[in-house]
Amino acid sequence: MSTDPADNSPAKAGQDRASDAEELLRHADAVREEIGGERFRDELVTTLFQHAEDIASQTVRRHKRRLWLPGERIDRVVTHPLLGIPVMAVLFAAVFWITIVGANVPSAFLAGLLMAEGGLTGWFSEYLGIEAPTILGTSLYELLHMLFAALHAPAWLSGFVIDGVYLGLAWVVSVMLPPMAIFFPLFTLLEDLGYLPRVAFNLDWLFKRAGAHGKQALTMMMGFGCNAAGVIACRVIDSPRERLIAILTNVFVPCNGRFPTLIAVSTIFFGGMVAQANPFAASLVATAAVVGVVVIGVITTLIVSWALSRTILRGEPSAFILELPPYRRPNVLRILYTSLIDRTFFVLMRAIIVAAPAGGIIWLMANLNVGELSISAHVYSFLDPFGHLLGLDGILLLSFIIAIPANEIVMPTAIMLYLSKTRMIELEGAELGAILTDHGWTLLTAVCLMLFSLLHNPCGTTIWTIWRETRSARWTLFGALMPLALAIVVCGVVATAVRLVIGVAA
Amino acid sequence: MIGKFLRGNCLDCPANRAHAEQPVETGTRVYSVALAGNPNTGKSTVFNALTGLRQHTGNWPGKTVTRAEGRFSRGGAIYQLVDLPGTYSLLSASTDEEIARDFILFGEPDCTVVVVDATALERNLNLVFQVMEITDKVVVCVNLMDEARRTGIEVDVDRLSEELGVPAVGTVASSGEGLDDLVAAISGVIQGQIVTSPKIPAPPAAATALVDDLVPRIRALYPDLRNARWIAYRLIEGDYRIRQALMSGELAGLGQRQAGSP
Repeated sequence: MSTDPADNSPAKAGQDRASDAEELLRHADAVREEIGGERFRDELVTTLFQHAEDIASQTVRRHKRRLWLPGERIDRVVTHPLLGIPVMAVLFAAVFWITIVGANVPSAFLAGLLMAEGGLTGWFSEYLGIEAPTILGTSLYELLHMLFAALHAPAWLSGFVIDGVYLGLAWVVSVMLPPMAIFFPLFTLLEDLGYLPRVAFNLDWLFKRAGAHGKQALTMMMGFGCNAAGVIACRVIDSPRERLIAILTNVFVPCNGRFPTLIAVSTIFFGGMVAQANPFAASLVATAAVVGVVVIGVITTLIVSWALSRTILRGEPSAFILELPPYRRPNVLRILYTSLIDRTFFVLMRAIIVAAPAGGIIWLMANLNVGELSISAHVYSFLDPFGHLLGLDGILLLSFIIAIPANEIVMPTAIMLYLSKTRMIELEGAELGAILTDHGWTLLTAVCLMLFSLLHNPCGTTIWTIWRETRSARWTLFGALMPLALAIVVCGVVATAVRLVIGVAA
Repeated sequence: MIGKFLRGNCLDCPANRAHAEQPVETGTRVYSVALAGNPNTGKSTVFNALTGLRQHTGNWPGKTVTRAEGRFSRGGAIYQLVDLPGTYSLLSASTDEEIARDFILFGEPDCTVVVVDATALERNLNLVFQVMEITDKVVVCVNLMDEARRTGIEVDVDRLSEELGVPAVGTVASSGEGLDDLVAAISGVIQGQIVTSPKIPAPPAAATALVDDLVPRIRALYPDLRNARWIAYRLIEGDYRIRQALMSGELAGLGQRQAGSP
């Protein structure tokens, strides 16, 4: 209890206190200026660590080391100031390369099984050099059509169910499943080993330079898994300002839902361009494209963080502790479980839930006419000039709109729309590249698609998560529209620049 | 605008809640005991073992926002145990660290138990120091002693106690080993049978004079404040939350809660 007799009136005390408190804060700020607040904190932390080391050396005795990996020695390499980042680039490139090389064959297999004309005939002759067993010479798509025909189903029904809903699912499964089933276990392996926090450790100084929080490197790494999870992880960030920066920029790293799109485009397009000449070179080109996109994503995260911390979210970065957990012996079963059930199955189910109705809608849009043209033709013709400005086309823009609930279905949607344009399915092995070039794709289209996919607005789940974490309609809107605006500007500039350099033909 | 979403409703804040739940019972006093510690030190296992509750023991960002409470009694006294979010430090103000710090600072528990991982003592001590800066009613619970033994690590708990100036107890919460000693230490610290004198590393010499200058000013403003020096450090660092507490008069509430002013 206060014993000062003068301070007994609460109202007066309150007033005095407010002005005295301000005075005190001004004084504290002056002291802070004088000795450098951040340096003071750093020194304080250093003193604490030194003391902890002293006490530990006096009280802890180690009889033997029984670590699976000599963690400290490995850390000396993977968190080395110069070696750390190249090692990281090589590791990630290896993961992407394995995915790209490995996904091709099963992708073609699934396409053959599920929807190609002649079933797996093409796949057998191309990859095994033998004739397919008769029973595999018909795809599920063809079987379904036969079944519906035998039941005398009306054309609109078989069209909606088979050419719409079923085909939507088939495309998602054949384009998305193989890269996911390879990429996710590899990614989970890196995570389980304890490598991802080391990546954050390598990158935290960059974030500090950008005026953001070093732990944002960690939340960014989690964004590679899922942006919604990354946004939630931003809770570990200290200051509201830095946490907001981390939330708003998390979307600039491609998530597990977008990686397969990037991998698919780079494989069937970049890789496809040199595939005939040299398959190995093709896989390297495709890997380089994916790594390039990831690097652009990280750089964008840094630039936007920097811009935000210089404008609407001004302030100085704060100090923090980043713990490097011990390397753990990876548990194979748990990796398989996490990556296949938690990740692959989860992402695939999400894609399927969106793709099934989307497939039906796309079929309806493509088959219901208003005047001379189908509804989808009206829409993508309307979007076409705008898409062209961005190096894309109307169909791709429409696909991005349809895919707002789940980014996973951008490519499947686009392919279905392209095919509905010509109303045919011609798929032999990896002829997807041919479909795309037939519909006017150039190298520029592929580049702009990857950039747009990287930078554009977050998916519905992530937008909802941003709202839940910020409870602010304004920041949520900003978090959704700022990336979209950036995607439009970047793609527009790239497309215009390329066209200026190599002529209007592109 | 930014502040709004990160500061929760004041009524939900642990400091206030703890007060609302203060003892009404007559005769036996209920002492509040905070349970702090780094993530993955088995803090929730200690909590479960002491209270008999079954608090979920996972750990990931986000789980930490809620906190569990339970009771146990010993020698006629009742202890209200509050499981705080697992944090590495109290220096910063992320949502989880803030909850932990606010409770220790504003909730003024009668004793704070810091659970540390015996296999990673050095790293865990950082939090112990930070808690000792705020309060001297501290007990260190060196948990996971079995894991330490398995990996060939031996912790001299008595020596640790000596070096820190507060009681340290080795435990294996999952099997109950050492928990009686832990409870004895908690009650000893609260009842005054164990006198603690935390040994905290000296701050950077250059700053000491400036801090010394600031402390009396804070004391003049808030005479009842126990840890004016700690507040002075945070003000110099520009700690947002502490500045806010200073301006709003929240700091004045320390030590004179019953007044009921905001």
